[in-house]
Amino acid sequence: MASKLTRSTGAGWAFALPGFGLIALFIIVPFFFAFGLSLTNQRLISPNPTEYVGFENYRDLLSLSVITLEPERDDSGAVIRDEDGEIEYPRVRTITRSDDFPQYRGMREWFRWQSGDTARVVVASDVVFMKALVNTLMFVLVVAPVQGALALVLALLINQKLRGINVYRAIYFMPVVVSIVVVSLLWRFIYDGNDGLLNNLLSAITFGGWQPVDWLGNPDTALGSIMAMSIWQAVGFHMVIWLSGLQTISPTLYEAADIEGASKWQTFRYVTWPGLRNTAVLVLIVITMQAFALFAQIDVMTNGGPLDSTQTVVFQAVERGYGKQDISGGSTISVILFLLVLTISLIQRWLTREK
Amino acid sequence: MAATNPDNRGLRLVVRYAVLTLIAVIFIFPLLFMGMSSLKPDQQLLSDTSSLRAFLPVGDLSLDNYREAFARAPVGLFVFNSVLVTGATVLLSLAICSLAAFSFTFLEWKGRGVILSVILATLIIPFETIAIPLLLLVSKLPWIGLDGLEWGWLNSYRVQIIPWIADGLTIFLFVQYFKDLPRELIEAARVEGASWFQIYARVVMPLSGPVLATAAILKFLVMYNQYLWPLIVVQQESYRPVMVGLQYFFQLNIAWGEVMAYLTLITVPVLAFYLVLQRAFIASIASTGVKG
Repeated sequence: MASKLTRSTGAGWAFALPGFGLIALFIIVPFFFAFGLSLTNQRLISPNPTEYVGFENYRDLLSLSVITLEPERDDSGAVIRDEDGEIEYPRVRTITRSDDFPQYRGMREWFRWQSGDTARVVVASDVVFMKALVNTLMFVLVVAPVQGALALVLALLINQKLRGINVYRAIYFMPVVVSIVVVSLLWRFIYDGNDGLLNNLLSAITFGGWQPVDWLGNPDTALGSIMAMSIWQAVGFHMVIWLSGLQTISPTLYEAADIEGASKWQTFRYVTWPGLRNTAVLVLIVITMQAFALFAQIDVMTNGGPLDSTQTVVFQAVERGYGKQDISGGSTISVILFLLVLTISLIQRWLTREK
Repeated sequence: MAATNPDNRGLRLVVRYAVLTLIAVIFIFPLLFMGMSSLKPDQQLLSDTSSLRAFLPVGDLSLDNYREAFARAPVGLFVFNSVLVTGATVLLSLAICSLAAFSFTFLEWKGRGVILSVILATLIIPFETIAIPLLLLVSKLPWIGLDGLEWGWLNSYRVQIIPWIADGLTIFLFVQYFKDLPRELIEAARVEGASWFQIYARVVMPLSGPVLATAAILKFLVMYNQYLWPLIVVQQESYRPVMVGLQYFFQLNIAWGEVMAYLTLITVPVLAFYLVLQRAFIASIASTGVKG
């Protein structure tokens, strides 16, 4: 009887269609478009017809090779060294530009290491993209666990029964509602090498013993600085999700633990943490997805510099797809990014699975 | 034990509040600095950074920076654009997503389960991975406007609104909420001969205050803070929203006072809105985590 009342194919479709149609057109179609476009040479505006190019875009982005360099030797066969005593090698350029080695055509040196007298050089067809990939993975691998853990600590602090605790909760959450663009510009000032608040603060704490650091201008500190700021901005979001997880744990479990004489750590380990399993998976996956999308901070703070130390995958996708109007190149990066996000999410699901 | 010693207990309470307050300072100081700096001339702003004066309303205070910011960029226009795009998207999203969720929850029709699963599956697609193909798509879409048929959506309000109306999360939130509504209400209305649309508009919507607030707040935050999308689809000043408008202040020698004034201007309304509706904001975020 009840099912008859609700059976209504016409109205059902009609009500769902606007929403589903928009999602299909603006999310699902471009999603599959990305795969298709990545196999072409499509540009945003071009007089020439679009052509199918197979996996050329992927090869242009991802090709890697190792070249082994033998040291330069003089006529007697001894290794030639420069004034600093470093071994001299033939230049990588002579190989990547040589007609004898067509497989290395267009590649550039990414990094090298030495084993004995020979040097091994990793060459990549797109060194900047390789750096972007590594930076993005580093960002995810640091930010996801650190932000997740800090958010949990904050949630535990906020979950205490104290007068005025809601005021603290409101403050910790505040940066979440502020645009990341605004936050990035503000922190550019905080990280400034001359008048920056951070340098001044560190200098005050050490009574002037601190040497100012140009946080965003130094390749060693730039990415770390952006990580710290990103965590500062978003940690309140995940604190709230942890908090809602904490509040689903039955108080009787805590009472039982108390009666059993469990220590604080034991209570956390055997009552709280098991109760947070599902929340943990969710928090980890959401932070990971957000971290992979790193763009605005880079665009506002560093433009990928210094020395490509803050290049990221999304920044590269935008630079190509929009900046150079190379839609196919940008789409290829998008596909690679999606596959990365999917892989990491599946690994996380598998690692945190019910045992 | 600690509980039996009142001094010890008092001390622990002080320590707890001290820790909480110290963390609060970390979250608040950049925003405080922004607001205070927006009132100071550049020279003082820079020299104040070496002391606590950076966070205090002291020295030569004025609204000059705000005046200069308005002179440098069409600030009013940017704010208008953002408010228009955000408002339109939020309203359309609430209407269209709740209608779809109503259909998924209360109506039985062929393909319902498949379509809902497809919509929920889109939750794993980050926007950043479809931005570039979507850019190509919207550059070719047709539109019938006042001048008749035209092609391409770039540089318009519609390109900032329409792609953002429907999304899996909003529909999911409505479906979760509708599931808990008493089905007898719907059936009673049906028996009395109400049409499906009447049931949606007169029975279900009036009961949906909390989920409407949640969905509106989440959409509002996403839309007002948009950056990447308007950056790539809007090149004309007349359609730019506030976050992209910031670029007017990136100069070789940044006039920090003006920047702080602009940042304060576009942030304070959101912060005020948040502080007034604080509970609702936090509940919105929390609800994205429930049953996820």
